[in-house]
Amino acid sequence: MSTAVLVENLKKSYGDVEAVKDVSFNIEQGEIFGLLGPNGAGKTTTIRCLCTLATPGSGRLEIGGISVLDSPRRARQLLGYIAQEVAPDKVLTGLEMMELQAAIYHLPKAQTQSRIGQMLDLLEINDIADKKTGTYSGGQLKRLDLAAGLLHQPAVLVLDEPTVGLDIESRSAVWKFLRQLQSEGTTILLTSHYLEEVDALAGRVAIIDKGKVISTGTPAALKAEVGGDRITLRIREFTTEAEAEKARSLLADLPLVQDVIINSAQGNSLNLVVDKGGDALSAVQTALKGANLPTFGIAQSQPSLDDVYLAATGRTLMDAEMAAVGTRDLKKERKQSMK
Amino acid sequence: MSQSVTPAASGLNTSVADLPSPGTKEFIQETVALTRRLFIQLQRRPTTLVAGVIQPLMWLILFGALFQNVPSGLFGDSQNYGQFLGSGIIVFTAFAGALNAGLPVMFDREFGFLNRLLVAPLASRFSIVIASALFIATMSLVQTTAIVALSAFLGAGLPGPAGLLLMTFIVLTLVFGVTALSLGLAFALPGHIELLAVIFITNLPLLFASTALVPLSFMPSWLQVVASLNPLSYAIEPIRYIYLHSDWSFGSTVMAAPFGDISLGLAVALLVTFSAAALATIRPLISRRIG
Repeated sequence: MSTAVLVENLKKSYGDVEAVKDVSFNIEQGEIFGLLGPNGAGKTTTIRCLCTLATPGSGRLEIGGISVLDSPRRARQLLGYIAQEVAPDKVLTGLEMMELQAAIYHLPKAQTQSRIGQMLDLLEINDIADKKTGTYSGGQLKRLDLAAGLLHQPAVLVLDEPTVGLDIESRSAVWKFLRQLQSEGTTILLTSHYLEEVDALAGRVAIIDKGKVISTGTPAALKAEVGGDRITLRIREFTTEAEAEKARSLLADLPLVQDVIINSAQGNSLNLVVDKGGDALSAVQTALKGANLPTFGIAQSQPSLDDVYLAATGRTLMDAEMAAVGTRDLKKERKQSMK
Repeated sequence: MSQSVTPAASGLNTSVADLPSPGTKEFIQETVALTRRLFIQLQRRPTTLVAGVIQPLMWLILFGALFQNVPSGLFGDSQNYGQFLGSGIIVFTAFAGALNAGLPVMFDREFGFLNRLLVAPLASRFSIVIASALFIATMSLVQTTAIVALSAFLGAGLPGPAGLLLMTFIVLTLVFGVTALSLGLAFALPGHIELLAVIFITNLPLLFASTALVPLSFMPSWLQVVASLNPLSYAIEPIRYIYLHSDWSFGSTVMAAPFGDISLGLAVALLVTFSAAALATIRPLISRRIG
């Protein structure tokens, strides 16, 4: 297998803001690769540099061995790019959008109509192709965008947050479609801040935080690396801080328990890291009973990708997400994306 | 979902040299498609065209009526103000349309549609500029035809075929130059608010500081200098001359600028130079922004 996409020591700043500080990863041909991270981590900027929409400060970018910076037009021929927000021309019909797309990718005229028909069938939007895109639902627009992005049969498909804002049905349709594409040999790079999306689709993942890659590997390997099991405990539906603190000090002393964290965002529930194999669950329950503390809910699980993220950054993806929402200047970012 | 989507995964194994290099044929293909998009928009939203035709006709009628009672002879060789005004309205309408050419591109930028074009392997990103220019040029010709027709109806007469041809050339030259400048601004300015501001402060001042509404001889000397440097005057005066003199030639003096007489041929040459310079100016800007 050869390398389809190479990103090496990518750096990109917008003014004083270092959007990408150091991002490196490579994607094998035919692989689905996920870039996982909270909003504002630098995922979109990385993709914009790769797709020739932004010029990196420094670093190496290659598609199929072709330097994106030296031969941007060649790279564009090999790339299909599906932006996070579909930007259709609302006045055009779906079919007209496809025809425009075919022309800007220089499809031979003789092939255009059959190829468009094939893609419309495949994405199951044939029946709405003659309607203006302004009347499409979010899911239909995404399908149209996928159909358009794949019209020129790109070797590498890049998708920025492919299922943000989609209903569950459309989301699973997109997932199914991406798996089919992969099985036919397309290399896929997708960004997501949905853990389950990356877990379900990606063969390998790079976890990215504050403009840096902090971990790369298969989801299974990353989880195994973190080690231990997880126990989520809710003493009451909404536990008081004092009670949660009391339980924490009690449970932290148990021999099988490695760490206890109080999650204030989830009604002061307790997240425990425990040894794999031992019967930590009953040890915890016994200890709670001994201290006369009730149990609203308790569950044991293996580490998730979120635990991988937590172990690497010291915060959960959701916390990072919340923090990012507060500090991001969306208007400013929109301006940057226009440059 | 059983059909095959991707060709061969071998797409990646092609070397740089194996990929087709886009040439003239591809440039025409993308330019035609981008132009077609603008005409489909116009067809589905004809308001732009209707308003674009009605507005200059109202200018012609209302402005013409405003100065109707000015003693004849004040406006040079024109028999009446309506006849004088026609050429000014033709040029100003074409200019205003071209000045707005950047707005749709700016909205494409803001809505992310432009990214769709920028990630595509366009043969040249100048196809975006050419498509806009072709669209605006067509609009201007429709408007010009309407103005010429109404002027003729109002008694301003009609130039001969050669005159009409030269008028068309003058209008198109101005439109291409100004469209290029407007698109350059659409790529250089941060957003549509800024672009609109530039359009507003350019539009009317350039009209008043030209010979569209009054002849040079009417103006104070400082304004004569400004109007003689205004590219609009170099489009207006030749057209006005063609209207009034069926025996026009490229050597005819069309404007008595403070720094010397301008012949018809010189005026047209300067206009061509202006448009060529405008295109040359925005070339690096567009290449840098989107190239």
